[in-house]
Amino acid sequence: MNLLGDPEVTPEGEFVINIGPQHPSTHGVLHLKVWLDGETIKKVQPHMGYIHRSIEKMSESLSYRNFIYVTSRMDYISAHINNTACALAVEKGLQVEVPERAKVIRLLLGELTRLASHQLWWGCTGLDLGAVTPFFYAFREREAILDVMDETCGARLTQNFMVPGGIMYDIHPNFQHRVKEALKLVKSKLHEYDELLTGNVILQGRLKGVGYMSAEDATNYGVTGPTARASGVSCDVRKWFPYDGYEKVQFEEVLDTGGDCWARYMVRMREMKQSISIIEQLIDNIPEGEIQAKTKQVLKLPKGEFYQRVETARGELGVYIVSDGAASPYRIKYRSPNFSNLSALPKVAIGAKLGDLISIMATFDLIIPDIDR
Amino acid sequence: MTNEEIKQEVLNRFPATTFDETGEFLNVQAEPADFRSMMESFKKDNAFAFDFMFCLTCVDWKTHFTMVYHLLSRTHRHNIVVKVKLTDIKKPEIETICDMWKTAEFHEREVWDLFGVNFKNHPDMRRLFLDENWPGHPLRKNYVDENMISI
Repeated sequence: MNLLGDPEVTPEGEFVINIGPQHPSTHGVLHLKVWLDGETIKKVQPHMGYIHRSIEKMSESLSYRNFIYVTSRMDYISAHINNTACALAVEKGLQVEVPERAKVIRLLLGELTRLASHQLWWGCTGLDLGAVTPFFYAFREREAILDVMDETCGARLTQNFMVPGGIMYDIHPNFQHRVKEALKLVKSKLHEYDELLTGNVILQGRLKGVGYMSAEDATNYGVTGPTARASGVSCDVRKWFPYDGYEKVQFEEVLDTGGDCWARYMVRMREMKQSISIIEQLIDNIPEGEIQAKTKQVLKLPKGEFYQRVETARGELGVYIVSDGAASPYRIKYRSPNFSNLSALPKVAIGAKLGDLISIMATFDLIIPDIDR
Repeated sequence: MTNEEIKQEVLNRFPATTFDETGEFLNVQAEPADFRSMMESFKKDNAFAFDFMFCLTCVDWKTHFTMVYHLLSRTHRHNIVVKVKLTDIKKPEIETICDMWKTAEFHEREVWDLFGVNFKNHPDMRRLFLDENWPGHPLRKNYVDENMISI
């Protein structure tokens, strides 16, 4: 688009328009350049880097205790799970065994984060597709979960509750009571979500049969998380490579074979129930004991490479640490779920209508700082 | 397959390969000349069937670059890490593999942007995050920026 606002036209007669970087439906500063034939999308090109903070370079000069907290700013909606991934990677290098109590608390907070994240996604999906009320419903229940986080971790979003070898502090005395209260609230309201949005004809019309992604494409493009599971790809790291005791809890890996926006919507709705069930299994069974393994003041990882993958609310996060034996990492790579999920967007969006792009973006559930890092 | 079986299968096809098993995964050190054909057999051979590339990155060792490819087979549930040493630090270059694993397309652009490794035959070799005329490649160890501060 030029400065007068006239759209650019290619020699083939395709309109080129820009969505973003400040468009609300891109959920952050992502710029999509879209080639249109009428209203049909011919090509999409994502432009990113607007909030590239070079977290990987920064981590090279931070100690193994400090670099963990920078990752809260990657996927800020599931900051706690990012921190867990880093802590686990350092623990793998140090070969320390985390106390059972710390593991269970990590897992509980992780699932609360996932639940809150999916609620935020649900509210925003409604907002993107023209329904304003769901946003307020979702935030009402999400607030109860964030209050629990606030009380125990001292922060609502960037919890920073992890240390290598365990957790920073013990949980607040009110923790179990507050979590149960929050779950009771969420459970009593979940049916309202379905009545308000899931059953809505307009929503179904905008999601069903839109933005199809095949299982082969999902694997080939490295798509993970609920987005891939909606295409029938089993990829839940919690099941494949269990960490923090996920092998001991009962839950189902939610799969759907639809592959369209509707399937992605339904997978996340069902995952919320799984998260609630995991929390209910553990909330009364937090073992007593230590919350931190004994570690040295200055951590030094042995020479070598360490890879840790966890399941964040959006897919597989991988932390790859290369150590040369010094007190800070030689190289760190974050394999972030949103980065790979976005790479499938240009394929999925081809042939869709411009309005469908908003549905696709909403159900991909992209968090832009996680892409840029 | 177990790591031992994978090793045997790789050696049958590429006898010059060396391995490293000190870490969590089996590491394969590929020769740049063998690299394309090795990756092709990892992807297409039913014995390997590495259909999911979960990480692709580069490490700057000051004397050389190492490309690191993490692969997982969802059918056989085995992992492998392929490493390629790029000795030309002035103009590092390697064949692209984004025709086999589409996810590599963005990852390779990221590596080009931040490390300056050129991928031959890549369909869209532009910078990913930074501006096209940004000087240098930030994740290189010898990168200096006048705005960099040390704490």
